[in-house]
Amino acid sequence: MSDWLTKTAAELAEALAAGEVTSVELTRAHLDRIGAVDGDAGAGVHAFLHVDAEGALAEAEASDARRAAGTPLSSLDGVPIAVKDVLTTVGQPTTCGSRMLEGWIPPYDATVVAKLRAAGLPILGKTNMDEFAMGSSTEHSAYGPTRNPWNLDKIPGGSGGGSAAAVAAFEAPLALGTDTGGSIRQPGAVTGTVGVKPTYGSISRYGLVAMANSLDQVGPVTRTVLDAALLHELVGGHDPLDSTSIDAPVPDLVGAARDGAAGDLTGLKVGVIQELSGDGYQAGVRARFQETLDLLVEAGAEVVEVSCPNFVHALGAYYLIMPSEASSNLAKFDAMRYGRRVLPEGVEAPSAEAVMRASRDAGFGDEVKRRIILGTYALSSGYYDAYYGQAQKIRTLISRDFEAAFASVDVLVSPTSPTTAFGLGEKLDDPIAMYLNDLATIPANLAGVPGISVPAGVAEEDGLPVGFQVLAPALADDRLYRVGAAVEALWTRRLGGPVLGLDKLDPRLPAAGASEVTR
Amino acid sequence: MSQTSETPGASAQITRDEVAHLANLARIELSDAELDHLAPQLSVILDSVRSISAVAGDDVPPTSHPMPLVNVFREDVVRPGLSADEALAMAPESEQQRFSVPRILGDEQ
Repeated sequence: MSDWLTKTAAELAEALAAGEVTSVELTRAHLDRIGAVDGDAGAGVHAFLHVDAEGALAEAEASDARRAAGTPLSSLDGVPIAVKDVLTTVGQPTTCGSRMLEGWIPPYDATVVAKLRAAGLPILGKTNMDEFAMGSSTEHSAYGPTRNPWNLDKIPGGSGGGSAAAVAAFEAPLALGTDTGGSIRQPGAVTGTVGVKPTYGSISRYGLVAMANSLDQVGPVTRTVLDAALLHELVGGHDPLDSTSIDAPVPDLVGAARDGAAGDLTGLKVGVIQELSGDGYQAGVRARFQETLDLLVEAGAEVVEVSCPNFVHALGAYYLIMPSEASSNLAKFDAMRYGRRVLPEGVEAPSAEAVMRASRDAGFGDEVKRRIILGTYALSSGYYDAYYGQAQKIRTLISRDFEAAFASVDVLVSPTSPTTAFGLGEKLDDPIAMYLNDLATIPANLAGVPGISVPAGVAEEDGLPVGFQVLAPALADDRLYRVGAAVEALWTRRLGGPVLGLDKLDPRLPAAGASEVTR
Repeated sequence: MSQTSETPGASAQITRDEVAHLANLARIELSDAELDHLAPQLSVILDSVRSISAVAGDDVPPTSHPMPLVNVFREDVVRPGLSADEALAMAPESEQQRFSVPRILGDEQ
């Protein structure tokens, strides 16, 4: 298989600039790898719902022509990428993992997708996800689950399990995800990859099919912290098409990542969130978390305990706010202008309303129905104050907890996910057990602050990767990259290599893509 | 669903009939089997989130949005939009450059 597959995006960018490889070669190598390991709903990783070989290769050819002419569009020009199927793409289907949008090809690009095109990155395809991003295992995809490349019997996390698995299985060097309650960070944790949820509003949501608009955020999914910084800088920034977009410059994230990789954290004050590090966490997760704290201390950081007393209510508040917003957002799937239309059986000349009911029953899966009904309940008169209103007040209390904590520390840390990857099917019909996966990631979404998950070794009991979460104040995303890159460098030094590698993947996956790179 | 401001009690179960009513409001045709399956699950979910009801007092303002943005304006300038063909390309049914929909007057009207 091609050696290029295991290179970082930063290395690929350098190789392209130096003329050591072409974008067509890189793109073809990744398409071959997808062909070799991705399989389908029944077997293989199944990270992709759609692969656009022809489109990606055409973009790669155009990129090579620009490189040859000395006019690349960006430093990542020619580096291929995968995009979560919740972001609209002209010319490629955007299904959100739902039967409701089966075969739907959007008439416009999401702003982040337009930025990828403008920077010359060939788009390999669209990645699998829980239906409308509702889930923590990618098992709620209407098109069949994605499987964890470390162990194909385990979940890859969710909702963005496809993006994380694509990167972990070396099917793509980069991917975009979205994070509403942990959908970038938790898949990152359980697949040994890096996932970043940026400050709310710092990356455009235009063309992101909304689940919960006040929580949704686009972010990078990569194998290294530096690669995440490169991608984040590329897609970040103000967008007039998104009225919640923040009009502030993107900080120097790449510089922060390079700085952090040097591994010196002298003067940094790290707060361990008491409420997110005690009971309920798998022993191996706790052990690796503690070891990471020790590494941070050795690197010069000061580690203290911080209490965020209202975080224990975050999950409850989230599971009222998110379904409330989702029930409202998904009302647009009315079978009239786009999306699935199903006629009720045995009814002559059915009304639009009857068609709507039948279409929404046929088009939505169980979890989507659960959340729409829960949200409809929380917003209905008589319950609004007790549920949605209370949840919004807790949101205020959680933001205040963050403010108080960041008054005394630079960053907050916790394990990203309470456990390593669990078995496929284990929690599928137990909503509460599934929801608990997002315990540690949800507070950041409620408060709008940025967070990163970085691999921190593997758990002793099952050999599966553990994620270390770093949270920073709003608009201080550069701190994530500095500390994240330090954690990555410290673990790489300890293990003598990265946490993720071809040798760590499920032996049932062919280690080799179909072809050598021919030069 | 017409109760006035009731504080949910510890045993405020969501009944099968209520789920059917909510599904009706949400315009989802649920089968009997789906109602049987969903009602107990929704009760469990509501039980687990009920603990938040007493946490914040009247002095805590609600937060609807993480960033305090108000009145975001832009210049009102003409920009290219979708052509009729582009807008209709994915319609379930179209006719004479318009979306074609089932009859909109229901049986009750």
